[in-house]
Amino acid sequence: MTPSLIIEQLLNGVQLGVMLFLMSAGLTLVFGIMNFINLTHGSLYMIGAFAGAATQAATGSFLLAILAAPLAAALAGLALESALLKRFYGRDHLDQVLVTFGSILALNEATRMVFGLTPLRMSLPAALSGHVLIFGVPYPAFRLAILVVGLVVAVLLYFIIMRTRIGMWVRAGASNRPIASAMGVNVPLVFAALFAAGAALAGLAGVMAGPILSVQVGMGEPILILALVVTVIGGVGSIRGALVAALLVGVVDTLGRVLLTPALGSMAIFVMMAAILAIRPKGLFPAHG
Amino acid sequence: MAEPPTPGARLRESLAPLLILAALAATPMIALALDDPFIVKVATRVVIFAIAATALNFVVGYGGLVSLCHAGFFGIGGYVVGILAWHDFNAEPLWFMPGSSDLALTLPAAILVSGLVATIVGAISLRTSGPYFLMITLAFNQMFYYAAVALQKYGGDDGLQIMSAITLGPIDVSNRYRFFYLALAVLALTLLLIGRFVDSRFGMVLRAASRNETRVIAVGVDPWLYRLAAFVVSAVLTAVAGALLAAGQQFISPVDMGWDRSGDLVVMAVLGGVGAVWGPALGAAAFVVLELVLSSWTTHWQFVFGLIVVLIVVSLRGGLADLGRTLFSRDKEEAKHG
Repeated sequence: MTPSLIIEQLLNGVQLGVMLFLMSAGLTLVFGIMNFINLTHGSLYMIGAFAGAATQAATGSFLLAILAAPLAAALAGLALESALLKRFYGRDHLDQVLVTFGSILALNEATRMVFGLTPLRMSLPAALSGHVLIFGVPYPAFRLAILVVGLVVAVLLYFIIMRTRIGMWVRAGASNRPIASAMGVNVPLVFAALFAAGAALAGLAGVMAGPILSVQVGMGEPILILALVVTVIGGVGSIRGALVAALLVGVVDTLGRVLLTPALGSMAIFVMMAAILAIRPKGLFPAHG
Repeated sequence: MAEPPTPGARLRESLAPLLILAALAATPMIALALDDPFIVKVATRVVIFAIAATALNFVVGYGGLVSLCHAGFFGIGGYVVGILAWHDFNAEPLWFMPGSSDLALTLPAAILVSGLVATIVGAISLRTSGPYFLMITLAFNQMFYYAAVALQKYGGDDGLQIMSAITLGPIDVSNRYRFFYLALAVLALTLLLIGRFVDSRFGMVLRAASRNETRVIAVGVDPWLYRLAAFVVSAVLTAVAGALLAAGQQFISPVDMGWDRSGDLVVMAVLGGVGAVWGPALGAAAFVVLELVLSSWTTHWQFVFGLIVVLIVVSLRGGLADLGRTLFSRDKEEAKHG
């Protein structure tokens, strides 16, 4: 285990962490405000990746792909929310699991019908396909770009949630929906916008993962489960918790896979989650007090 | 649910599982008459998933705890049987123990292992409730899945083929018909056991806690231990179902313990109706048959299936059991509240 390898893996961990944050941000806020477990969030990630890959295949432009992915995911999210999921906010969690589970099956299969079985590949623009030196360690430029984009989005999101009026409504809704509603916050509207924004972030995460992983049906569920782990560790409804937990999960998962045996490495984050929950059952930064 | 059920309702509740079991028991004869052994294969699958769905429903329907790690327990049961059979076939001891292909030994081993794992997982997961519980159990399922994939020695991703002949004590159960009746007997025991639990004080505390936890605590009962006991019972029975699947098809793989299989089990329970002990058995039958019919129509059957699940949850809230009750009950009101 050389220092350069450790630096590289740490960077990979942070990069996974910022991607997970993009995924968890929508998940945790949607859950915090509407008490709704949106298992279709992984499908929105997949839709973003496919929209990006298809756009790149059609136009040859990586930039257009990066723009198309969040847009497609946001539209899909809005359609899903207004047509179906909206009705399930007041229902119990069993119904929520079932309706999202059924939706995942249908969405996955629909994607397979449109794009077929073979995974799609996304290629990188020349500017991002090389390596850059970080502390003397060569690191893929694209992974660094993901890291930077992810951090910028994370900071922006943090600023919007913590420092703006819209963010205040969101936080108010997350910590106490009835009171926020009574104080004049249009919770359904804020929520629809939030759902779309969360979907857009998931789509962005999907298209950024495109060149690293292959774009295929079923790519959304493993990352969804990691994002759920992040949400649970961070405390449901807390954007700060999601950021801390996402970086923690990203780094522990990546280092675990390098340092431990495959069996232990893939289980490291779940053991960490169990340990954290044993001490703090509501996560690190619970939004509901 | 609060008032004692009418004699009619009570009779129906005890008659329904008998009818289900009798109908299943007749399938091998139909298979023989039609000379179509495939029917027995399907019926065995129905029975095995009926055991798992019935067991899962004990925590979902009566405990109000939506567990998404039951496919993990299902897989643990299967892998215990598979791994012990592997060591038997290769005549290589597992640590200090010899392997075995005798279900009289490997089923208790599966019960023991799954019981231990479920106690740990349950103790951690039950510190939380509601949606947290759901997400944590989903994460644990994924952990079991990765653990199975990492078992390189036992096939890893490709799954584990059982090469030795599976027996139950002196009886060879590799015969398809004999194996079916073994599984059916386990289903009958499971229905009986869960039925007794639901009607007992144990089941009453469990149901009461899922309705109103605060009141249960106020009368001086801590629901945690009851929930843990229910979780372990349910996990162990699900592992037995998994063990039977592995023994029956002589194969177990990580696919059998994926998170989507946990979702399938919940769908089976809800499809049949979580309000009746025997509901999930109906749901499992409907699920397996539906899967078979749809997949023979189109390779994209999951699309149709997903839509059906969505439609069910939008419309049919009491599951098939409620539909049956409404059809067979003269008193519609009773069916609604029963």
